[in-house]
Amino acid sequence: MVSNNNNNNVINNDNQISDFGIVKKDANTWQIPKKGAMNVPAVVYASDILMANIKQDKTISQIVNVAQLPGIVKNALAMPDAHQGYGFPIGGVAAFRQKDGVISPGGVGFDINCGVRMIKTNLTVEDMMPKKREIINTMFANVPAGLGGKANVRFTEEETIEVLEKGAKWAIKQGFGWKEDTDRMEENGYMKADPNDISARAIARGKPQLGSLGAGNHFLEIQSVDKIIDEKTSNAFGVTKKGQIVLMVHCGSRGLGHQVASEYIRKMEDKYGFAGLLDRELINAPISSDLGVAYYSAMSGAANYAWSNRQMITHWIRESFEKVFGRTAKDMEMSIIYDVCHNVAKMENHVVDGEKMNVCVHRKGATRSFGPGRIEIPEIYRAYGQPVIIPGSMGTASYLLRGTKKAEELSFGSTAHGAGRVMSRFAAVKKFRSETVASELESKGIMIKSASWKGIVEEAPQVYKDIDEVVRVSHDAGLGSLVARMVPMGVIKG
Amino acid sequence: MIEMKKYEYFEHTADAKFKAYGKNLEDAFSNSALAVFDIMVNTNLVEPKIKKEIKITGKNKESLLFDFLDELLFFLDTENFVLHKVENMKITRKKGAYELKATILGDKINKKYEVSGIVKAITYNEMEIAKKDGVWVITAVVDR
Repeated sequence: MVSNNNNNNVINNDNQISDFGIVKKDANTWQIPKKGAMNVPAVVYASDILMANIKQDKTISQIVNVAQLPGIVKNALAMPDAHQGYGFPIGGVAAFRQKDGVISPGGVGFDINCGVRMIKTNLTVEDMMPKKREIINTMFANVPAGLGGKANVRFTEEETIEVLEKGAKWAIKQGFGWKEDTDRMEENGYMKADPNDISARAIARGKPQLGSLGAGNHFLEIQSVDKIIDEKTSNAFGVTKKGQIVLMVHCGSRGLGHQVASEYIRKMEDKYGFAGLLDRELINAPISSDLGVAYYSAMSGAANYAWSNRQMITHWIRESFEKVFGRTAKDMEMSIIYDVCHNVAKMENHVVDGEKMNVCVHRKGATRSFGPGRIEIPEIYRAYGQPVIIPGSMGTASYLLRGTKKAEELSFGSTAHGAGRVMSRFAAVKKFRSETVASELESKGIMIKSASWKGIVEEAPQVYKDIDEVVRVSHDAGLGSLVARMVPMGVIKG
Repeated sequence: MIEMKKYEYFEHTADAKFKAYGKNLEDAFSNSALAVFDIMVNTNLVEPKIKKEIKITGKNKESLLFDFLDELLFFLDTENFVLHKVENMKITRKKGAYELKATILGDKINKKYEVSGIVKAITYNEMEIAKKDGVWVITAVVDR
């Protein structure tokens, strides 16, 4: 647990709880009833254990602030892994009416379309064991990682603009992947975007970084399937047996997305000012305003960049496996299981108080979790619900879930996105030593390769919430149903 | 006299919060830049091989700081530039707007410097620029 010594930064939890009047509705549901300037109630999905974490920072006050934004419908929501962000909490979900609602870059996050992709193989733990070191080293050489990690390929400004327009299919056209790859991604790896809404400065930041993992909590992991919980669904998703090797990629839109977010926050501030805002980072624009429309378009372009980025990385993973195992990627059945975005806003149809409406759903550190039948789900999975990928922290388990009808009723079809931090990076660096963290992982049979040793400490497993508890609450609350559990064998960290 | 601390970091679960100090506004701005880069690299060890002159304008002190730090992140992403120090900073006020001129010294990321983590963006979250007891104090949170 993080001890917070800086008084400036600590809110008085006792006051907070009595002020907000949190009501525990059931084992995993907490409600802050609508009062004062709140347009809707706020709801937190958490167990007692997770709630104890959530109450330690500003998550609750942030979600109450979100509940006061114009045009918000039903509830402002916090997912089981929620923690303090800027403006919106991370793990925050909010939906806004088209006619009088708002769109907020702070409700999406700086790393637009940060997301997770899962790739399957037909290899087993036995196949992997003798080759593990070699494959990790090969992937580390092929996939640029870390700060200043040089991209393998150089692109022109024109090509970068094409990426913003076309998304994953651009990368596939360039030879990075298989035609059918886009069938297994949210939005098929593409959202409609006008590159003119993205500044030359953002494009300049994105150009040298296209096709790189980045730093921070981004990673590429070799995992083995440890437990199959829902056999029928896992078979449909391509996870068929215990000991099967799968891969997980976690990254986003790099400096391009960060720049888009920064610039639109700035533009909205210039246009609307801070007056009446509870928090500067809640800055927003009406969905249908010129600025709202332009941000959505720019955000979509950044999302396209992120999909292309993960697509290129997928290609290099396949190439690395081909080199090390001496078989083709097709022969190793290395198709994509799914690709989820967990920092994004989307226009979606939902039923609100019995009325069908199109709303702008913000998911900031939350994963879409649509139930069976939704048209947005690829046809091959539609009968089962959308695959939901929830990675753990470095060295802990990750989970595959499926979306549910109940999630659509409760949370606009959303659930958690990961473990969620409980300790700041500074505190982690003070508390742990990289050698200890790495040797603890090695002793569990997890090989780690990082662009930076300090990065390993900052992402030590202990700085995150318990992923098992996060997915258990997700499952029990009905936000996402457990399908399979994977454990890491090797990690490449940015 | 005890030497003034250049900056210090504070707890913030997901992001990085710092306070930077200076006997004048220029020093506080320069120390903010060091606080941002020291998150990723030891700026003391970075060699001053690259020299850039920058000029930033802003409507107010906050937007001036935002754009100044954002400019440095831009050099980081586009040129792999890491900061060693800021020199000759001059902040002036002209016709109601602020102008900042400075020389920044640093180097390209290379194996000699251990770099880690990332500062994704500067934010206005909790940003404060104020003079307290004769000392300029800048509070800011950056997204990482």
